[in-house]
Amino acid sequence: MVYLTRRAEFSASHYYHNPELTPEENRRLFGKCNNPHGHGHNYTLEVTVRGPVDPRSGFVMDLAELKEILNREVLDAMDHRFLNREVPEFRDRIPTTENLAIAIWQRLEPRLKFAELHRVRVYETPDLFVDHYGEP
Amino acid sequence: MKAHLTRRYRFSASHRLHSAEMSEEENRRVYGKCNNPYGHGHNYALEVTVAGQVDPHTGMVCDLVELDEFVGREVLERFGHENLNYLEAFQRLVPTTENLCVEIYGVLARGFRAATVERVRLEETMMNSFEYCGESRELQIGT
Repeated sequence: MVYLTRRAEFSASHYYHNPELTPEENRRLFGKCNNPHGHGHNYTLEVTVRGPVDPRSGFVMDLAELKEILNREVLDAMDHRFLNREVPEFRDRIPTTENLAIAIWQRLEPRLKFAELHRVRVYETPDLFVDHYGEP
Repeated sequence: MKAHLTRRYRFSASHRLHSAEMSEEENRRVYGKCNNPYGHGHNYALEVTVAGQVDPHTGMVCDLVELDEFVGREVLERFGHENLNYLEAFQRLVPTTENLCVEIYGVLARGFRAATVERVRLEETMMNSFEYCGESRELQIGT
């Protein structure tokens, strides 16, 4: 089994707000992140797939195909977007880094045919990142 | 859904690697420059990984402010800008980065209640780092 990681970057804005809570509770819970006009991050995404090395190609999977899936499923949808308004998953889920890692996993997992998705890592800043392994 | 959140912190401290169980000569041989009696320092980088179910109410594994406050109080204030050899924890233990990593894991695993502390990774320099996940857990790699 060999693990292959591809890195990508995207920039997006978001804000944290739970409509079930009062405005005061939202402000207390989420602090500055509750500003309804949003704020942004340069996200770094690391996608790790795993599988046996194909004896003919020497690849775990075709990197061009992985890049194409990442571009189509993640970057086209999220890069330079306001996550709360423009990405359907976040209409009813708060776009925290945790939920972003889970949403990216859910977008990628059904698209990968030749290798198994192992880990999605999302850096919100160089000092904060979330890993999701598809665990329920 | 379960997520693993990692936060990175920095602190600076000094230490001297010297074991009371070894002769002066053996200490010099084993620890080399690190045995300098006047000590030396590092800019440590600490990564704390906590894991748990994402709370549907907040979208978070745990409140980051709570984690930052806990690590700030229990680790950064305690070890930052200190000579590690003078601290209680290292009266009988050589303050190697291995031992410091295990010590920090213990402080966090015992005291932080908002999420499970899964892993502590400590960089002594950009060239070396150490990880500890407790005795009962293996690193997640390969699962």
